[in-house]
Amino acid sequence: MTTETLHDLRGDQPRFQGLEAGHRACQGCGQALAARLTLEAAGPDVVLANATGCLEVFTTAWPDSAWRVPWLHSLFANAASVAAGMEAALKMQGRDVKVIALAGDGGTFDIGFQALSGMLERGHNVLFVCYDNEGYMNTGVQRSSSTPHAAATTTSPAGVARIGKRHLKKDILSIVAAHHIPYAATASVAYPTDLRKKVRRAIQVDGPSFLQVHAPCPLGWGHGGELSIEVARLAVQTGLFPLIELERDVLIGAMPIRRVRGIKDYLRPQGRFRHLFADDPRAREELAHLQALADHNIEVYGLRGDRPDTLDSEGADTVHRGGRHFA
Amino acid sequence: MPQALEGSQAIARAVALCQPQVVAAYPITPQTHIVEHIASLVADGRLRCELVSVESEFSAASVVLGAACAGSRAYTATASQGILLMSEVLFNISGLRVPLVMTCANRAVSAPLSIWNDQQDSMAVRDAGWIQLYCADNQEAVDTTIQAFRIAERCELPVMVCVDGFTLTHTLEPLELPSQDMVDGFLPPYRFVRALDPLAPISMGTLVGPEYFTEVRQMHHEALLAAEKEIVAAAADWSAACGRELAPLVRADGPPEARIGILTLGSVFGTLQDARERFADTPVRLLHLRSFRPFPVEALRAACQGLSELVVLERALAPGADGIVGTEVRSALMGIDGAPRVHNFAVGLGGRDVPLSIYPRLLAAIHEPHPRMGTIDIDPRYLPPKARATGETPP
Ligand SMILES: Cc1ncc(C[n+]2csc(CCOP(=O)(O)OP(=O)(O)O)c2C)c(N)n1
Ligand code: SF4
Ligand SMILES: [Mg+2]
Repeated sequence: MTTETLHDLRGDQPRFQGLEAGHRACQGCGQALAARLTLEAAGPDVVLANATGCLEVFTTAWPDSAWRVPWLHSLFANAASVAAGMEAALKMQGRDVKVIALAGDGGTFDIGFQALSGMLERGHNVLFVCYDNEGYMNTGVQRSSSTPHAAATTTSPAGVARIGKRHLKKDILSIVAAHHIPYAATASVAYPTDLRKKVRRAIQVDGPSFLQVHAPCPLGWGHGGELSIEVARLAVQTGLFPLIELERDVLIGAMPIRRVRGIKDYLRPQGRFRHLFADDPRAREELAHLQALADHNIEVYGLRGDRPDTLDSEGADTVHRGGRHFA
Repeated sequence: MPQALEGSQAIARAVALCQPQVVAAYPITPQTHIVEHIASLVADGRLRCELVSVESEFSAASVVLGAACAGSRAYTATASQGILLMSEVLFNISGLRVPLVMTCANRAVSAPLSIWNDQQDSMAVRDAGWIQLYCADNQEAVDTTIQAFRIAERCELPVMVCVDGFTLTHTLEPLELPSQDMVDGFLPPYRFVRALDPLAPISMGTLVGPEYFTEVRQMHHEALLAAEKEIVAAAADWSAACGRELAPLVRADGPPEARIGILTLGSVFGTLQDARERFADTPVRLLHLRSFRPFPVEALRAACQGLSELVVLERALAPGADGIVGTEVRSALMGIDGAPRVHNFAVGLGGRDVPLSIYPRLLAAIHEPHPRMGTIDIDPRYLPPKARATGETPP
């Protein structure tokens, strides 16, 4: 196939751009890409409630806005409640518009957690998308409860007495799924087709749905912007960020990995884990710890697959959905 | 025809007459009865609305914000700790210029914990950019609630209707509830020009840099000042519809020759009216500051014409500073010819009863040569021994 025909084919596939180019995200920002993909799949009949964070800041600075869909930013903690109010109003008006809440991991795992739980419990017809870059990036890379164990941030620096973040990454998906909502899933910017598919599926749910999208932040993670997709893919292939889907707290799908990569492949390109490669027994211990976490994920979600690994967006559509619980 | 209704029930019925499409609230004494009544109106099919029983006041305010921006009339109610928990959202709502109505069932703020009435809660958010209207009685609460929706929607500003907890919310009073036709004739259907709509997408709540920020804030300030006109117009139109006399900004009650005035906000006004009847020897003009935000400077000056002494009663404290209302009143009157001396007292904090006998003490207090802010109903027996000597003693 020539470049020419490929180009034509793409041209024939109109993609709705809810988030335009020209915003102010850093080069290689995973969240910017993930938000664009989300809107591509969701289409124009949506209303967005965006929590405070990088996404909100880099997409709008008065008088500019990169959004082509109705968008409201209120506060850091209340995206889920604002979305719930929008949904209640649109329902009363009899309008068929999907409400989507967008938040970072801080606006989801931490400060927005209570509002999120309330919205899920009340069963609002809202899709909540968390762009998980594992830290408070907008305020300069501080630790959140999503920051992985042993990662260095500005508030969990590595030093003689500390090895980075002391605590584990909160398992938000399990907590969300425990609300027994119709649909909850993880996705990754490294697998755009899978991500779009999950967005479409979540949109169709009449009730609360939740997506946790792994979205590298080159600035906060300390890798080149050109490596974002590679790093995100390694998170999946090591088992550290399993791609799974749950319906009413039951696992219905997991993306299998045939050639499981060791966690060092994922950690090495990232500055936030640099201290783990020092010649230090504590560093070795933490590496072992992180490997155990990845192995645990592979085990509980049954991630080991025997088909060729999915390497890109084209392949992701053909992904075999399975996993131990599914079989 | 007047009917005897509990204040909360009357407010709930007034809200229902305004037909909000979304109501969100979280229970807190003394607001609870309002929301419970609304819930029963919804359950009985007498009010068609989404009642969102949220997990916190923070979310209650956020839900109504989202609903109003999505194009529906919305209402919430709270008090005390709930106001404080909402405070971040309250500033946000007004900054976004979202029309909303909230009842604040005024209650003290913890610590010490008190479920009883004063006005520390609404005073704590006086600079949140909301219109604040205080009600002297339950008829006023009904009338003000209905007017509030029209004011909010015309000004694109949120309105807080402040009613004293228990004193009003839990008291049975005979009052008139308007008919649905009357309300429909006064209050047009909700329309918010900036409503979020996929067919005409806009971005709301964007980041605003220093090059525009001051202007946005100034516009908010001017919108509040300009709201005075809408408050006056709403009172006039509603008065014409319901036949009741309504003072929109400041109510002045008493003889024009009176040299002494007492100004208050809320239900203490009624107490003072009763007291004046009992102690009728001195002519006294009673002032009710209905609109605290916007602060009606001109109306207040007009209402104070001819007064040489003005006692301002506070239902809240600004610890370490002068009175909240008193300071603003003093500043409004400053520089005008023959401005009265302003005496300033806090009274009835945390539900302490404001008895009729307070009245002669207030009149006696005006002889103080150097008026300063104090709490007039301190009981020195309950102060520690050292403070007893220095504490503000009743004049
Ligand atoms: C109540 C409140 N506390 C703190 C902040 C400061 N703040 C703004 S964004 C942010 C972190 C955002 O982190 P996250 O939600 O993960 O989004 P990210 O920027 O990483 O995409 C913080 C702490 C705020 N805006 N509001
Ligand atoms: S700091 Fe990180 S999340 Fe924020 S814009 Fe830059 S790359 Fe994106
Ligand atoms: Mg983050």
